[in-house]
Amino acid sequence: METPIEVSGLVKTFGRVRALDGLDLTVRPGEVHGFLGPNGSGKSTTIRVLLGLLRADAGAVRLLGGDPWRDAVALHRRLAYVPGDVTLWPNLTGGEVIDLLGRMRGGLDPQRRAELLHDFELDPRKKGRAYSKGNRQKVGLVAALASDVELLILDEPTSGLDPLMEEVFQRWVGRAKRDGRTVLLSSHILAEVEALCDRVTIIRGGRAVESGTLTELRHLHRTAIDAEITGAVDGLGQLPGVHDLRVDGQRVRFDVDTAALDVALRHLTELGVRSLVSQPPTLEELFLRHYEGAAGAGSPAEVTR
Amino acid sequence: MSTLTGTRHLVRLILRRDRIVLPLWVLPLAVLPMTYATSFFELFPTAADRAAYAAGTARNPSIVALLGPVYGESVGALTAQRGGFLLVIIALATLLTAVRHTRTEEEAGRHELLAGGVLGRYAALTAALLVTYAASLLLGLLTAAGLVAAGLPTAGSLAYGLGVTLTGVVFATLGGLAAQLTESAGGARGIGIAALGLAFALRLAGDAGRHEWLSWLSPLGWAARVRPYEGERWWVLLLPPAATVALAAVAYPLSVRRDLGAGLLPPRLGPAGAGRALTGPFGLAWRLHRGQLLWWSVGFGLLGLILGGAAKAAGRSVEGNPQLEEILARMGGTTALSEAYLGATLSLAGLAAAGYAVQAALRMRSEEAAGRAEPLLATGTHRSAWLASHLVFALLGPVVVLAVTGFATGLTYGLSVRDVPGELPRLLAAGLAQVPAAWVLAGLAVLLYGLLPRLAPLVWAALAACVLLGQLGPVLRLDQWLLDLSPFTHTPQVLRPAWDATPLWALTVLAVVLAAVGLTGFRRRDLPIG
Repeated sequence: METPIEVSGLVKTFGRVRALDGLDLTVRPGEVHGFLGPNGSGKSTTIRVLLGLLRADAGAVRLLGGDPWRDAVALHRRLAYVPGDVTLWPNLTGGEVIDLLGRMRGGLDPQRRAELLHDFELDPRKKGRAYSKGNRQKVGLVAALASDVELLILDEPTSGLDPLMEEVFQRWVGRAKRDGRTVLLSSHILAEVEALCDRVTIIRGGRAVESGTLTELRHLHRTAIDAEITGAVDGLGQLPGVHDLRVDGQRVRFDVDTAALDVALRHLTELGVRSLVSQPPTLEELFLRHYEGAAGAGSPAEVTR
Repeated sequence: MSTLTGTRHLVRLILRRDRIVLPLWVLPLAVLPMTYATSFFELFPTAADRAAYAAGTARNPSIVALLGPVYGESVGALTAQRGGFLLVIIALATLLTAVRHTRTEEEAGRHELLAGGVLGRYAALTAALLVTYAASLLLGLLTAAGLVAAGLPTAGSLAYGLGVTLTGVVFATLGGLAAQLTESAGGARGIGIAALGLAFALRLAGDAGRHEWLSWLSPLGWAARVRPYEGERWWVLLLPPAATVALAAVAYPLSVRRDLGAGLLPPRLGPAGAGRALTGPFGLAWRLHRGQLLWWSVGFGLLGLILGGAAKAAGRSVEGNPQLEEILARMGGTTALSEAYLGATLSLAGLAAAGYAVQAALRMRSEEAAGRAEPLLATGTHRSAWLASHLVFALLGPVVVLAVTGFATGLTYGLSVRDVPGELPRLLAAGLAQVPAAWVLAGLAVLLYGLLPRLAPLVWAALAACVLLGQLGPVLRLDQWLLDLSPFTHTPQVLRPAWDATPLWALTVLAVVLAAVGLTGFRRRDLPIG
């Protein structure tokens, strides 16, 4: 089976601004791929290149085995896209827009359309101008999720949805995955990413800084250790991979690279451990590190706390 | 916090946003009456000339119905009547401006951003009205100054200018009221324009028939009833402020009784699914364009009926005035003055149809800028098909509008000369002959949209230049090469016995080339407009 999305070395400039600067992104068949990054990092630009709306300046982009610019129309029949800010025609009802978009993609499943409307509690008879932000997003989501497509490209699709609807959304993405669809999900909502995504790619400044499963990403990062020891603190600070060592009497706290965890723990037990709390990096820490302006792109040595 | 807190800031915001748009309608509308006065001085130098014109044309029932009554035979009186239709345009401009800065802002959600800050409850409506009132005042003063400069008496010019100002003020307030009624700016515009249409119909019925009191009911009838230059009745100028206060007294309480974003009239529900016609870009474009096309056709049909009915009288009225005959001939007509009049009328309709074409073509840009093109182009819809769906309306819309105009004109003119079978096809053809020039403007709009989308609205400036060249060029005796820049200069006079179809083909080819280059550019460029 072909790789749904394969991007390497993608460059896109707008005037003097380099929006994408050698981006790599691979989405495998049947996976839900989280696409994360701070505002302005180039997520929407990447998606627009994938949709053939923007022309790449350099790099290789393959979408469903085709060229997203040249084969745009043929490829679009096999995917559905939901923008982060769905705008509707003020004089068309939500139901009309759902059907229109569905038909323009090559038809949608009426059964699933009805189920989605029910689950999302969306009244399709309202005119576009009467919908709130969240309800406009639902119109886009129903149109996309009711389509029989191989690939769903969702650009912050749940902005404006309440927590209940967020849950409905997650259930339907799970169902799409079970049906064998591939999903590219750009999101800021970490719980959503953690619940749905098989793999994630984090981008910053138009470049992918990390990519992999959440477990792999955790491995690249440090575990926080908080221990009480019986002996004297000795040599701990000189161990490779140990950072930010703070000693407060018998209590030691430090961060350790996941790769060096084993060595550090051995050393600790030699010193005599009375209590030990180890905390793996939370997703939040993992992402915040990349979102923070001062943090360096990708090199663990520059972590700031 | 006072109910008006923040009004000053909003006024500055509106002025900043409208720094181009306001002068764009204020200045031409202020200059036109002056050019009318100048040409009346030139065309009818003697009292006898003017008396003939007044008897033949100015008092013709169709002309009176369209423009309003004439109260004397002075150049001032004739100018004031000639400017009668400008009042409708001024009313429309102020009405739309008021809606644009109230309901449009609210519908777009931009007003909410401001309303959450330190802003009085009445600030938004007040700021929109103040700016529009100020624009009306400026327009009236400039108009009066222009008329004085043209050589007309000061008192009459001031009376006319104030009539213009106060008409603008009344309809701005009407717009402010309409904005409170519906949730959508489109709905508010519809209500406002319907009210304007009613005012026009009342004035038309009152001036054309025997029930003058009907005209007194219409705000569009008041400015003329001040009788500028013919013993000004200043007290009539008290009517518009009274109407303004009455309208505002309804609008202001409404503006605070309803919720932000809501209207007074409840929104209606629509179908839960798309009908069979709504399957692709063309079905969608039909939904987006059909209302406009219908109203343009109805409006032009009515105008054609009135103008066609007036043509015979217009022809008779200037018989024996060689200077006028010569000027009309130079303006592209024939010596048969009815036909010169019809030719001039239809070329105006051609310019207006080009306006329709331009707005239909620029709809693509507003769809793209609003983010509504992107989801469509991410489906199996080719860019060319999406563009074509709107282009169809930019191209066929003028055909429909001008066919209706030519048909209606031909019908009433034919009836007045008792030769419908002969005149109807001729005038239909003369109407349709205007189409290729309108297409060139549509083609220009597509060209700019495809290659330089940010600059696409400049096509309105091109249309304005064509209007000025066409209307003022012959009077100012501009060089031919300058006049030739406008496609409308090349439209042949189909009502003449011998005419050449070559320019029509040339204009059509030019329009196709412009649109094709624009389409090519659109297929290659990045979306959406950044």
